[in-house]
Amino acid sequence: MNFEHTEERRMLADSLNRFITEQYSFETRDRIAQSAHGFSPEIWRQFAELGVIGALFREADGGFGGAGFDIAVVFEALGRGLVVEPLLGCAVLAGEVIAAAGNEAQKAVLADIIGGTTIAALAHDEPDTHYELARVLTRAERSANGWVLNGAKAVVLQGERTDLFVVSARTAGAVDDETGISLFLVSSKTPGLVVRGCPAIDGGRVAELSLNGVALGADALLGVEGQGHATLERAIGRGVLALCAESLGAMEAAKSATLDYLRTRKQFGVFIGSFQALQHRMADLLLEIEQARSAVINAAAALDADRLTRERALSAAKVSIGRIGALVAEESIQMHGGIGMTWELPLAHYAKRLVMIDHQLGDEDHHLQRFIALGKQMAA
Amino acid sequence: MDLNFTPEEEIFRNEVRTFLADKLPVRLSDKVANGKHLSKADMQEWHAILNARGWLANHWPVAYGGPGWSAVEKFIFEHECCLASAPRILPFGVNMLGPVLIKFGNETQKRHWLPRILDGSDWWCQGYSETGAGSDLAAVRTTALRGHDAQGDHYIVNGQKAWTTLGQYANMIFCLVRTNREAKKQEGISFLLIDMKTPGVEVRPIITLDGVHEVNEVFFTDVRVPVENLVGEENKGWTCAKYLLTYERTNIAGVGLSVAALERLKRIAAQQMRNGRPLAEDPPFAARMARVEIDLENMKTTNLRMIAAVVGGGVPGAESSMLKIRGTQIRQEISSLNRRAMGPYARPFIKEALDDGYTGMQVGPEAAASAAALYFNNRKLSIFGGSNEIQKNIISKMILGL
Repeated sequence: MNFEHTEERRMLADSLNRFITEQYSFETRDRIAQSAHGFSPEIWRQFAELGVIGALFREADGGFGGAGFDIAVVFEALGRGLVVEPLLGCAVLAGEVIAAAGNEAQKAVLADIIGGTTIAALAHDEPDTHYELARVLTRAERSANGWVLNGAKAVVLQGERTDLFVVSARTAGAVDDETGISLFLVSSKTPGLVVRGCPAIDGGRVAELSLNGVALGADALLGVEGQGHATLERAIGRGVLALCAESLGAMEAAKSATLDYLRTRKQFGVFIGSFQALQHRMADLLLEIEQARSAVINAAAALDADRLTRERALSAAKVSIGRIGALVAEESIQMHGGIGMTWELPLAHYAKRLVMIDHQLGDEDHHLQRFIALGKQMAA
Repeated sequence: MDLNFTPEEEIFRNEVRTFLADKLPVRLSDKVANGKHLSKADMQEWHAILNARGWLANHWPVAYGGPGWSAVEKFIFEHECCLASAPRILPFGVNMLGPVLIKFGNETQKRHWLPRILDGSDWWCQGYSETGAGSDLAAVRTTALRGHDAQGDHYIVNGQKAWTTLGQYANMIFCLVRTNREAKKQEGISFLLIDMKTPGVEVRPIITLDGVHEVNEVFFTDVRVPVENLVGEENKGWTCAKYLLTYERTNIAGVGLSVAALERLKRIAAQQMRNGRPLAEDPPFAARMARVEIDLENMKTTNLRMIAAVVGGGVPGAESSMLKIRGTQIRQEISSLNRRAMGPYARPFIKEALDDGYTGMQVGPEAAASAAALYFNNRKLSIFGGSNEIQKNIISKMILGL
């Protein structure tokens, strides 16, 4: 039993934390997060140089990490800095699908992703799927030259700046069958693909995609036709871990900000941290954040375990993070009082991110139901 | 980062499992598993079995009869005992007084009292709380006045202790008594060992809301205690008290107890029906059960993180307060679910059904007999050992610096 990170991971975390402290101040972040671009190409280039993108990929795929604890270390640091650059959508989600399902020619793009020159995104969720992994209405039909896609994709991360989409589409089966889901590589320049972007409340930008007769060559199919579900589950599982770790980093930041405030804000002539009503709430937050940290450790450790163990640990973590993230956000705002409601206070932005993480890759309720279903499979 | 036990620790786990399979009487584990009451003889029997193996005082130093286990081994032992439904080790002599004597007792006291804890010659109870000194423990008012007579130096003790667990079985009590009424409240307290057979000691039962005689009031009227029974220095008893409250808290979360209780709950939920299907598949109930399972998995890792820190040379401080709070919340939630699982059959209450040799009427499923009583009994968890509110005070002071 050992709860220390390896030397390499500690160094990675240190250099990333230092970079964020020096180059990603709250003011810089706020500007980037509200920008029309949605993230900073310059920061992205530097993330590539620092090896942060590569740390999320396995050696076989051209990276130098890719294990659960690599993802956890990187995303905890990103969470502390409220980083909006596309590490989740591009490196973890789309990158993993390409790495897992792509043939040699398709995987060539991984080098460009790791190098920071190609932005990829996973376009899987749809307007009415509400986190259900197997629910895919977008259809891909065979054509003379390959495939034609029709449908819509929802809330795609950094969609407007994406060069290459990984799109899921149904090639067989009913709308929520696990089999019959296929994966396609779609260049953003493909005719018939319409991308409409908008800002997100917690910073950065997302996009709605329409696919209107998008014609693709036969070489666009990623992996085996109809067998995309397992690949998506693995990639989204890695994304769940990333979000949980990011949330943990944001919780720690929110906690220290709130603690500082309790120690400096005076009312009735004393520091408000001397009030037992607030002390107990703060003690609860600390206790819960430690449980969240354990949940992230459990999920990271299970990332390469058998499917049921892995997915149960991931769902357990997402349930924990969903609940605790919202608690930390709400309590931090409350303990800050009026100032907690303002845009100028960094804490408010941490709070928004903490809550919105529950709206990505399945919320608390979704993962609680999933945890129960997986437990039933395990017992059977 | 590695969440697995080492091969050596796995070998140790097997050794514990084999021991439990061989030596734990089924008669005892059946009682524990079904929430039946253990008699004094049952508890003494289990202590003797552990002592014969040298595993009773498992966190005493080797020199005093401990097995020399690491914090991880202690965790594994505790965990396996719970999974096997072994009776708990009574903490009063082994876990509470023992370490205090080892740390603060003189040689004569150690040589006399420690072996008697191990071999069961003495049954100790704890004389800490009073009716006016609960969470505010330093407010104890039981007095000990020093005197001298033909038999030598002694204290005369007067006062009243409350919530004395299993005091009805005890022949000895360790007490916090006030030896200086002038000093500040923490500074006038001494740690005294009192023979319960001394004239002037009277034990009166307190029946708890589940109808059980588990705790007592102990009254002291002009009780003569030889001065040799003072542990540590006079008026320095608060140091002993605090040491006792912080000693060996790596298992305070009760992970094993909750894992075992959750397994039992799952079995019950698979058998009980609601709306034509097992309760385990009833969405609201399944959700509650899943939440507590997730909380438990998280807490288990939190507990192991703390143990790893201790193995690495750290001292469990206020972190154990977090484990106490979450550990008791989880245990209470599981017993709450256990009660809910019984539906209307949680209400019928045949107290005797939990005693040895009961052959009378059974109402409802077997597990129903103890479900509600256990739930009510477990409300104590967040009150004793420093209420959960006191633990939050400790966290906010020691960790948060508020």
